[in-house]
Amino acid sequence: MTFDHGNDRGVSRRKILECMTWAGTGVLWTVAGGVPSSMGIIGEARAAEPSGLTFLQISDSHVGFDKPANPNAIGTLEEALNKINALPVKPSFIIHTGDITHLSKPSEFDDADRIISQARLDVHYVPGEHDVLDEGVTLYRERYGRGTKGAGWYSFDANGVHFVGLVNVVDLKAGGLGNLGNEQLEWLEDDLKGRAASTPIVVFAHIPLWSVYPAWGWGTEDAARALEYLKRFGSVTVLNGHIHQIMQKVEGNVTFHTAMSTAFPQPAPGAAPSPGPMKVADDKLRSVLGITDVTFKRGQQRLAIIDQPLQR
Amino acid sequence: MRTIKPGMYVVTALVVAALAAGALASQGAPAADAKVQIDQYAFLPQRVTVKAGTTVTWTNDDDDSHTVASSSKLFKSKALDTGDKFSFTFTTPGTYDYICSVHPYMTGAVVVEAATGGNAAQ
Repeated sequence: MTFDHGNDRGVSRRKILECMTWAGTGVLWTVAGGVPSSMGIIGEARAAEPSGLTFLQISDSHVGFDKPANPNAIGTLEEALNKINALPVKPSFIIHTGDITHLSKPSEFDDADRIISQARLDVHYVPGEHDVLDEGVTLYRERYGRGTKGAGWYSFDANGVHFVGLVNVVDLKAGGLGNLGNEQLEWLEDDLKGRAASTPIVVFAHIPLWSVYPAWGWGTEDAARALEYLKRFGSVTVLNGHIHQIMQKVEGNVTFHTAMSTAFPQPAPGAAPSPGPMKVADDKLRSVLGITDVTFKRGQQRLAIIDQPLQR
Repeated sequence: MRTIKPGMYVVTALVVAALAAGALASQGAPAADAKVQIDQYAFLPQRVTVKAGTTVTWTNDDDDSHTVASSSKLFKSKALDTGDKFSFTFTTPGTYDYICSVHPYMTGAVVVEAATGGNAAQ
């Protein structure tokens, strides 16, 4: 399956941030350069020869999950790590977009750490709703909360790209979607203030920041306010997980993207009575988790995402 | 394995009937328990009406984990894996809204009525 961004806005963003390779159940991103006006042809050159920043996204490892949809979620996470370690271009770091564990148990966090640390890379986490199930959310905070604000949000810079990790899985209200909350939104506004509009921004959070399917809670209640603060930037990429399938949307200068899970697939919006773990035939599981190469096609002013299943 | 004699059903039925009529209420007999099933990302039934003193038990029959979390913070289960149960005894009449804190679009309510009123009419 191929997604092409054929519009002009997609082109200009593509020059800034090129998603080079989906490896197994992770996403390898390449950010080449940082100034939109200078990225025309250079973008293509760097796509062929990435000299900028590369990083990898993994999501929804659900360590502890052992139901029929995948009785061995630890095993498929290990497979994902093997893929990461085999990458020809070593990424600078990993972003994990939440649901590290299935039930927020200490042993699940320990197993996840043990496996993910095999990459020997820095990992920047945001929690999923499955990581904050313990009273007081102490387990996630103890492990990953250092240097973060509030429920675990933070920002950092790498190679001229500004990264913002947001938390939209706490204090969820009845009937509602993901929630950022006023305190975090004020922090975000302040964090972005004074940054040049040419700074490429990567925002990552667990639940999609765009309205994928509200009937299943696949969206974030107050994301519009966050996007308001982001709209003056020339290149914004939003990376999410939660829905265990690839989805992509381009809106103005913002590209939204959701990653696959390393654990189990979920149905397409509305395709099942509920968003519960989707059981596929055993020999099809890795075709759903799959490999997806996101490449910059030579000679085309387009970002292309090509899914390649692990097994055909 | 013990054998069940036909007569036992009669005795059981009588006890149940007595409980339902509130005949033993003055002796502190518990109200009948109520059950709520969690299935397909929904609480079934979504709204349950019980007498004060009733213990409501939720059972997670889904492949995903869920919680039972009172909107007023009166009660909150831990994460319920498949097959896990959570119980809470409601002593005060009122309407208790709750959600699954993992999937907040899952909502439910327990309506608690005074223990005596309804039974006395029978």
